[in-house]
Amino acid sequence: MNEPLRTGFVEPEAPLRAKRLAPLMVMAGSLVTLLPGVATVPWLPPFGLMLLIAWRLLRTDLLRIWAAAPLGLFDDLVSGQPIGSATMLWTMCILAIDMLDTRLVWRDFWQDWLLATGAIGFCLIAGRLVASPLSAHVDTALVLQIALSASAYPLIARMCAAIDLKARA
Amino acid sequence: MAPQRNRRPGFSRRAQYVLFLGYVAAALGALVGAVLLILSTFDPPAYAVARGALRELTTPVSSGLHWVRRGLASIPEGVGDYFGVVGENQRLRADIERHRGTVARARQLVVENARLRRLLAVRDRATETVAVARLVSASASSTRRYATLNAGHWQNVRSGYPVRGPEGLIGRVVETSPNTARVLLTSDPESVVPVRRTRDGAPAIAAGRGDGLVDIRSASVANLAFRAGDLFVTSGAGGLYPPGIPVARAAADSRDAAQARLLASPDALDFAIVHRPYLPAPTPPPPPQAAAE
Repeated sequence: MNEPLRTGFVEPEAPLRAKRLAPLMVMAGSLVTLLPGVATVPWLPPFGLMLLIAWRLLRTDLLRIWAAAPLGLFDDLVSGQPIGSATMLWTMCILAIDMLDTRLVWRDFWQDWLLATGAIGFCLIAGRLVASPLSAHVDTALVLQIALSASAYPLIARMCAAIDLKARA
Repeated sequence: MAPQRNRRPGFSRRAQYVLFLGYVAAALGALVGAVLLILSTFDPPAYAVARGALRELTTPVSSGLHWVRRGLASIPEGVGDYFGVVGENQRLRADIERHRGTVARARQLVVENARLRRLLAVRDRATETVAVARLVSASASSTRRYATLNAGHWQNVRSGYPVRGPEGLIGRVVETSPNTARVLLTSDPESVVPVRRTRDGAPAIAAGRGDGLVDIRSASVANLAFRAGDLFVTSGAGGLYPPGIPVARAAADSRDAAQARLLASPDALDFAIVHRPYLPAPTPPPPPQAAAE
C-alpha cells in the first residue's frame, strides 16, 4: 500500500526528457535579455517567469515546488534587478498558485490566463518597487510591459503544450 | 485542466515527507531571496563576482547576435549608398569648396586659442581613452537601465570610469569582469551627472528618470529659466566625467527643472568610448599610526 493506486485511467508519469526540458526552457527565457539592443524603457516581457508559470499551470508534476527559487536566482543574475527579488517573488507566485489550485479544482484556459496575468503583474510591480526609487517615471512603461506580457502569455502556454505533447509521444 | 494529484500522495510516509519538505524548501527559498534582496539593497556591488562570471559566459553570445544585427541593418544602407553615390560625391565636393574659408579660420582660431591658454598658464588635463567597445545588450525587462559592454578588466576598464558615445555621454561603468563590464546608463533613475548649460555656463544636475529622458535641475540659482533647445554638457564637477561631453537637450520651456532628451542613443550600432576619470580619485588618508603606537 506504499504506492498510490495505479489504474489504466491515471495519467502516465512525466517522461524524463520533459522534466529536464522545463527548467532549461525557463533559464533560456531568462536569457532573452541577451538580445542585442539597448532599451531605454522596460518593455521586454519576463519570459523566464512566463515559461515557469506556463509549465506550472500545464503540468503540476514537472517542476518541484522549490524549483522557483534557484530559477529566480538565475534570472536575477542576468536581468539587472537586485539579486533576490525574483528568487523571492517567483517562489511567492508559485506558492500562491499552488494554494489557488486547491480552491479551483478544475481550471480552464481563461482561468490559467488570469492567474498568469496576476502573477506577471505582481512580479513586475513588486520588482519595480524594490529596484527603482518611487520617484522614477517608469510606471507607464511598466503598465505597457504588463499588457504586452499578458497578451504574449497564450503563445508561451501554447508552445509549452506543444512541447509537452511531443515529449509524451 | 485536471485537478492536480500530487497534493495527496497516498499512504506512503516517504512520499508525504518528501512533499512536506518540498514546501519547507520553497518557503526557505523565498526567505533566502528576501535576505539576499535586503543585502543587495544595502550593498549593491556585493554580487559583482557572480554576475560577472555569468556575464563572461553570455557576452560572447550577445556580441555575436549584435554582429548579426549590425550586418542586417547595414544591408539597406549599403543598397542606398550604391545608387546615391554620384549625387553624394557632387554634394561633398561642393561642401568642401564652401567650407574652405571656414576651416582656414578655425585652424587659425585653434592656434590662437592654444597661444592664449599658454599665456594664461591654464593646466589642461587631457581626457584619456581607455578602451573602445560596443554595448551589446541591456536589462530590457527591468526598470533599471544597465547595459553590458564587451570590454572589461583586461582592457583596463575599471569600475567608475565614464563611458561616452560619439554623440554624447552614455553612462559610467559600475562592475567589471575580465572581458565585460556593466554600465549604468545616464537615463537610469539612480544616475546623477553634474552638467552646465552651454549658453551661459549655468550649473545644473542631470538626473535620470527611467523613461529615457533626464530631469535637469538648477544647481545654483532657484527659478532658473530653461528654454527648449538648451544644450547641456558635463561640467567636470566631482572629477568623474571629463568636462565638455554633450549630455542632453531641454525638450520644453520650463522653470527650475526641465525634461531633457539625451543626445547619445545607446542603441545606436556604434562604439562606446571608455575614458579615465577626469581627476584621479583622492587617495585615502594614511592610517593614524602615531596614535596607535
